[in-house]
Amino acid sequence: MDFRLNEEQQMLQDTVARLVRGEYSFEKRLEFSESELGFSEDFWKQLGELGLTAVPFPEELGGFGGGGVEVQSVMTELGRGLCIEPYLQSVVLGGGLISQAGNDAQKEQWLGGIASGEVRAAVGLQEPQSFYDLNNVETRAENSGDGYVLNGRKAVVIGGHCADVLVVSARTSGDTREAGGISLFLVSPDADGVERRTYPTIDGAKGCDLVLNNVKVGTDALLGEEGKAADIIEYQTGRAISGLCGEAVGAMEVACDLTLDYLKQRKQFGVPIGKFQVLQHRMVDMMSELEQARSMAILAASVADEPQSDERRRILAAAKNVIGRAGQFISEKGIQSHGGIGMTWEYNFAHYAKRLVMINHQLGDDDFHLERYAALLQAS
Amino acid sequence: MNMNYTAEELAFRDEVRAFLDEKLPEDIAAKVKGFRRLSKEDHQRWQKILSEKGWYATHWPEEYGGVKWTPVQKHIWDDESCRYGVPRSIPFGVNMVAPVIIKFGTEEQKQKYLPRILSGEDWWCQGYSEPGAGSDLASLKTRAVREGDHYIVNGQKTWTTLGQHANMIFCLVRTNTEVKAQEGISFLLIDMNTPGITVRPIITLDGEHEVNEVFFEDVKVPVENLVGEEDKGWTYAKYLLTYERTGLAGIGISKAALSHLKELAGRRLKNGRPLIEDPSFSQRIAQVEIDLTAAAISNLRIIASVEGGGVPGAESSMLKVRGTEIRQTINDLARRAIGPYAIPFVEEELDLDYDGEFLSDENAAPLAAQYFNNRKLSIFGGSNEIQKNIVSKMILGL
Repeated sequence: MDFRLNEEQQMLQDTVARLVRGEYSFEKRLEFSESELGFSEDFWKQLGELGLTAVPFPEELGGFGGGGVEVQSVMTELGRGLCIEPYLQSVVLGGGLISQAGNDAQKEQWLGGIASGEVRAAVGLQEPQSFYDLNNVETRAENSGDGYVLNGRKAVVIGGHCADVLVVSARTSGDTREAGGISLFLVSPDADGVERRTYPTIDGAKGCDLVLNNVKVGTDALLGEEGKAADIIEYQTGRAISGLCGEAVGAMEVACDLTLDYLKQRKQFGVPIGKFQVLQHRMVDMMSELEQARSMAILAASVADEPQSDERRRILAAAKNVIGRAGQFISEKGIQSHGGIGMTWEYNFAHYAKRLVMINHQLGDDDFHLERYAALLQAS
Repeated sequence: MNMNYTAEELAFRDEVRAFLDEKLPEDIAAKVKGFRRLSKEDHQRWQKILSEKGWYATHWPEEYGGVKWTPVQKHIWDDESCRYGVPRSIPFGVNMVAPVIIKFGTEEQKQKYLPRILSGEDWWCQGYSEPGAGSDLASLKTRAVREGDHYIVNGQKTWTTLGQHANMIFCLVRTNTEVKAQEGISFLLIDMNTPGITVRPIITLDGEHEVNEVFFEDVKVPVENLVGEEDKGWTYAKYLLTYERTGLAGIGISKAALSHLKELAGRRLKNGRPLIEDPSFSQRIAQVEIDLTAAAISNLRIIASVEGGGVPGAESSMLKVRGTEIRQTINDLARRAIGPYAIPFVEEELDLDYDGEFLSDENAAPLAAQYFNNRKLSIFGGSNEIQKNIVSKMILGL
């Protein structure tokens, strides 16, 4: 048993760490966030040039076939830097869906660009009524003979505002909540009938709701077999959950460090507030949550690229439940330990807190995954 | 990153399983799995089997009859033995006083006591806590005054677990009142049959006799029973406590208890369906299973780091808090699972050879009592608050 990264993985993580340290000060992040694009084009380019956007892809695409651990190594450092580039959406999810479901032509067309960072993908899997259930799809894709006509609305497409290609789910048959009948489509954001309602997110990124109004696509836009996308979506969402665990752990590490520093610095009643036992114990509780989250992230990474099974489903649901709870706990207790300063825009802790709470709203919150886990409980 | 056992470790696991399949007495395993009372004889019978196999003293060097298990092997043993229903080992001799004697004792003490611990001839208990010294252990008052070749011991120890079975007690006593609290403490080995010692039961809230008070009135203890140097006992006590803390998280026990809970919830009914299918109850089970999964990986991470040469430090303290909370939650759910039948306390059903009709479920009787009994988990071995103090000081530097 060995829980350390191997040399290659450590080098990868160090590379990302160096890049983030150099390019991603808190002040710069605020600038990136407020820019029109909503993140740093320059930083994104560097991720590409250093081969980081290619990490999960095979060698012929410039990557090295990285698995759950490698993706987490990248995501952890992006989390530490609170980076707002759409790595998860484009590389992990978009790239993952196309890799798994795409035919040769589609892979040929998109994966090279996604791996190099020259193309950005975004995924629209949720809908206004779907909550976190990705099988709940009302968007319809009607077969028009020479292609499909898409109508519906995809909710909270992070990075959708700047994507070159959108991967959306739509129903080709079946009722709203059926797993069967869901298909995936590659949609150009510039296609007629695609409306993007763009907004900033509370945690500093940008996204959009995607309104599809009689959007016509060719048969070559269908990604994978018609009506058979549910399993693929579930599988790739699992990979993304593992990646998100990495990001969450990175952000939690910094949030805990910041809080601990503050406890040592801030004086009240003539002593550093870290001398007070109430605050000490709360800090220990935060660290303990972080440790639990680290453990679950490791476990999630170990199954992220394994074939689907109930065991994989259980582990990923458990991991998302744990990091969701841990993230919110650390955010709330961290703000409380900081007092007033933790409430301010100009101090970075608050931004970590916002990201951590929002991670819980991505790909299913702790309640959603608890329910999922409970449904998979094995009577022993 | 590698979470798998090596081929050797897997072979060891097979050996453990084969041994337990063959040697673990069924009646003892049944008692452990059903949370029934174990007698002194049960413990001794099992210890003898372990000793014969050479697997009793897993912390000791081989020269004293110990077996050199790696941290992973110890973990495998813990996991398997909990699953099989092996009685928890009574740690006071083999895992607590023995490491102190081995590290700080005289050759005579080693020759005299270690074989008797191995053979089961001596049953040790722990004389640490006092009525006025719990978490603040160093404030202990039991006095030992040197008179010629003896110490004369006066005072009172408390929470002495299974002291009613013990013939030996290791004690922290005050030999110097002129210095700082920690600096005037000595570590004495005392024969429980010495005149002046009285053991009185403390009955715990679940009606059990597990702990005792031990009174010392002019008890004469030969000076050769002093371990190490006079007034240096606090060092030895702390050394012992690091042994105590590892394993207190009880991950293996929690796994076994969870599996018991799921069995129970699979046969108790609510709304005509097994409780495990009830939305709210199944989520409670799911949550504790998830938390246990995370704690189990945290435990493995500590084990792997120790295996790689690291020292288990305050991380064990953090895990002790987590682990005991999880165990208490599982106990809480097991009690909830029997609904109103948590209320009757039918003591006869606690005995394994009870052959009457069970009031509700054959495993129901001990559940409420066990829940109350295990409130101790977050108190003993350094209360969970003390563990947080340790983490705060040792890891966080606060």
